[in-house]
Amino acid sequence: MVDAITFAKSDEQTMLGSTVRDFLEATVDFDAVREMSTTEDAMDANVWNGLAEMGLIGLHIPEQYGGAGFGATEVGVVFQELGRKVAAVPLLSNVLASTAILSAGTDEQKSRFLPEIASGETVATLAVYEGAHDRAPMAGEASLMSRDGGWVLNGVKRYVTDAPNAGVFVVSASTPDGVALAVVPSDASGVLVAATNSLDATRPLGEVTFNEVSVNSDDVMADASGAIAAAMDMGVVCLAAEQVGGAQWCLETSVEYAKNRYQFGRAIGSFQAIKHLCADMLVAVEHSRSVAWHASATIEDAKESAIAVPLARSVCSDAYVKAAGDTIQILGGIGFTWEHEAHLYFKRAKSTSLLLGSVDSYRDRLADAVGI
Amino acid sequence: MTGSDQAALVAETIDKLLADNPPATTEPKTFWGAQFDAGLAWVDYEPGDGGLGVSPKYRELVSRRLNDADAPMWNRMANIIGIGMGAGVLAAHGTKEQRQRWLRPMFTVDEVWCQLFSEPGAGSDVAGLATRAVKDGDEWIINGQKVWTTLAHLSKWGMVVARTDPDQPKHKGLTYFIVDMESDGVDIRPLYQITGEAEFNEVFFEDARIPDSQRLDEVGEGWRVAMTTLMNERVAIGGNTVPRGSGTIGVAVETWKKSGSGEQSDRRELARLWGEVEAMRLTAMRATENMTAGVPGPEGSTGKLAWADLNKEVTSFTVSMMGLEGATIPEGYTLEPTVYGTRMTERVLSPQRLFLRARANSIEGGTSEIMRNILGERVLGLPGEPRVDKNVPWKEVPRG
Repeated sequence: MVDAITFAKSDEQTMLGSTVRDFLEATVDFDAVREMSTTEDAMDANVWNGLAEMGLIGLHIPEQYGGAGFGATEVGVVFQELGRKVAAVPLLSNVLASTAILSAGTDEQKSRFLPEIASGETVATLAVYEGAHDRAPMAGEASLMSRDGGWVLNGVKRYVTDAPNAGVFVVSASTPDGVALAVVPSDASGVLVAATNSLDATRPLGEVTFNEVSVNSDDVMADASGAIAAAMDMGVVCLAAEQVGGAQWCLETSVEYAKNRYQFGRAIGSFQAIKHLCADMLVAVEHSRSVAWHASATIEDAKESAIAVPLARSVCSDAYVKAAGDTIQILGGIGFTWEHEAHLYFKRAKSTSLLLGSVDSYRDRLADAVGI
Repeated sequence: MTGSDQAALVAETIDKLLADNPPATTEPKTFWGAQFDAGLAWVDYEPGDGGLGVSPKYRELVSRRLNDADAPMWNRMANIIGIGMGAGVLAAHGTKEQRQRWLRPMFTVDEVWCQLFSEPGAGSDVAGLATRAVKDGDEWIINGQKVWTTLAHLSKWGMVVARTDPDQPKHKGLTYFIVDMESDGVDIRPLYQITGEAEFNEVFFEDARIPDSQRLDEVGEGWRVAMTTLMNERVAIGGNTVPRGSGTIGVAVETWKKSGSGEQSDRRELARLWGEVEAMRLTAMRATENMTAGVPGPEGSTGKLAWADLNKEVTSFTVSMMGLEGATIPEGYTLEPTVYGTRMTERVLSPQRLFLRARANSIEGGTSEIMRNILGERVLGLPGEPRVDKNVPWKEVPRG
C-alpha cells in the first residue's frame, strides 16, 4: 500500500550510503576513467575489488548463496553512490543475471551459480536483447534444441551490458516448452564476443554470438519469462537510483560552478538565467529521488510495483538527461571539453535512458497499470 | 506531556466531540463551534485558541478521524484564507485578546477572511507597496488600492499590510493590520478574470479607519508578519498530499477515456504527465514525513513551483486531447463575467475552464520566477541579484 511506505532511510542504510560514498571518493580517479573511456572493455578494477572486499557485489543475493542478503532499498542506496561517480563497474549486469537465476533457478542451480557471482570472482550478465527496438524481450530468435540428453544453443544477442568483461552469460532462448534461460560460460566452445564502441564507454556493450554451443541440461532454467521480467524490473530500480545519484552530482557541480565563476563582475549564479536552471534541476532531482525510492521500497508488492517501476523509469530518465545537458550549458566551454568529467555524466545519462527498453515502452506500461 | 499522553488526550477528545455532537444530526456551524471549544480546531494551539497545546503532528490524526466520521470539514474551503493563512498569523503574532476575538468565528465561518497585500504597483515586489496608514489618536487612517483580493466581497475581515513610514527602506516601514471589510471607506469591486469569473477583487481604501487594537505585532514589523502569511500560503498551495490520480490529472484521464483520439502518442504523453504528477505527490508525502520527523529538506520547498508548471501543462494537454471539441465551450458554461461562487461544480471542472484557470498558478502566491529565485538563493545558496533599492528610503525608489 503506497500510503504506508516510508521514505526515511534507516541508520544502517544511511551508513551504507556514506561508506560507499567515502570509498568511491577515495578510489575513483577521473583521469583513469577518461583513459578507460577510449577502450571497449572498461572496468575499474580498483572499484570492483574494493566492492568485493566490502562484500557488496552480491548485495541482493541471499546469504546462503554467498551474498549480503540486502533488500532492494539497500541496492538502491549503493547504486545511487555508483551513479554519482559514474563508476565503471559491471554491477548492473551482475544484478540482472543473478536476479534471473534467483527467480528461475532450482536450489541446486542457485548454489552452483550464485556464490562466484556474489564474490565478484565472475562477472555475469543477462543476454536477452537482439534488436535495437526490442521492448520487453523474451527469447527472441535464439533457440535451444535438445540433442544427446543436453541442449544446443544458437542465436545472436546484442547490446549485452558488460559483455567484454563477462565470464558467464545468462541467455534467453526458445525451447519447445517456452522461454528458457541458459547459463553459458564465455569460454565455452562456439561463443564469440564482439565488443561494441559504446556511447557510454564506462558501461561497455557487446554482441555475443552463440554458434552450436552445447549446454548441459543442468545449466538450463525452464519457464523463465517471469524471471526475465523480474530481472528487468530490478534493473530499473538500479538504474533509477543511479540516475538520482548522477543528477545529484550534476546539481552540485552546476551550483558550485555558478557560485565561483564570475562574469560581468558577478558570480554567474546571481543571474536568473543560470539560477533558474539550477532551481529546475533541484525540483527534478527531488522528484527523481522520491520515485526511485518508491520503486525500490515496493518491488516485492506486485500491484504497486506495476506502477512504481515504469513511473521511476519515466521520471528519472528525463530528469537525468535534462540535468546532464543543462550542466554542460552552465559550465559553458569547459563543460564541453574532454578534460572535464561532465561528458561522462551526459553520456551515461543518455545511454541509461536507452537500456532495458525505451522510456516510451515504460510509459505504455504505466498507462496500462493505471487504466489510461 | 509525553508523546503517548498527548496521543491519548487527542484521541479521547475526538471521541467525546463525536459522541456529544453526532455529525449526522449536528448543524455544521454548531459542530465547528464544539470542535473549536474542544481544542480540535488546530490541536497545537493553546487551550482557548482552538487547541490542546500538543504537537502539530496530531493535526493529521484529527483530520483523519473526523473525515472517517463524516464530520463537516468544508469550513477549510469556505474560509480558506482565514483558516489556511490567517489562523497561523494570529497564532504567531496576535495578542491573547486578538486570538480570542477572531479565531472562533473564523473557524465556524461566521466571519470570512481575506488578504490584502498586492497592489497595482507592488506585485512580485510586494514590499514596495504604497498603501498608507497614518496614526490618528487610537486609530489609523488608511488610503490606497489593493488588488487580487480573493473572497473580499464575502469577507468580514481583511489582513492588510500598509506603509507607516515612507522614510525607511521598503521592508522596514510596514505595519500589519486587521481591517473590517464592512467599514466605511472600504470599496470592493469584482475583478473579472480570463475564465469570466470574479474570484478576485480590487479593494479601495479611502480614509478608512482601523482601531489600533487591530494592529498585529509592532509598528514597523509588518514585513515579518507578512512573511509568516506567505509561507503559510505557499504550503497551502503546493504542499497538499492529495489522493493519487485526483485533481486535474484525474480530469485528464477521464477526458482521454471520454473524448480522446485513441492515438498512442497522446496516451504516452498522458502517462508521462501522470508520472510527473505522481512524482510531485510522492515528494509532498516525503516532505511531510521529513517535516514531522523534524528533518525538513529541500523537498519541502519544491511543491509550489512544480505544481504551477505541471498544472499548466496537464490542463493544456487535456484540452489538446479533445481535438476540435477542445475549441468549443461545453454546454452550461459560458465565459460571461460572473461573480465567484454562483457556478455549478461540474462546470467549474470542465477542461476548458481548468485550462484557463491554470494560467494563474504560476503568478498567484509568488510567481514561478520568484519561486525559482527562492529555491536558488535560500535552498541552493546562490547569490542574489544586485539590488538597486537596498537601504534606500522607500519614497526615493522609482515606481511604475
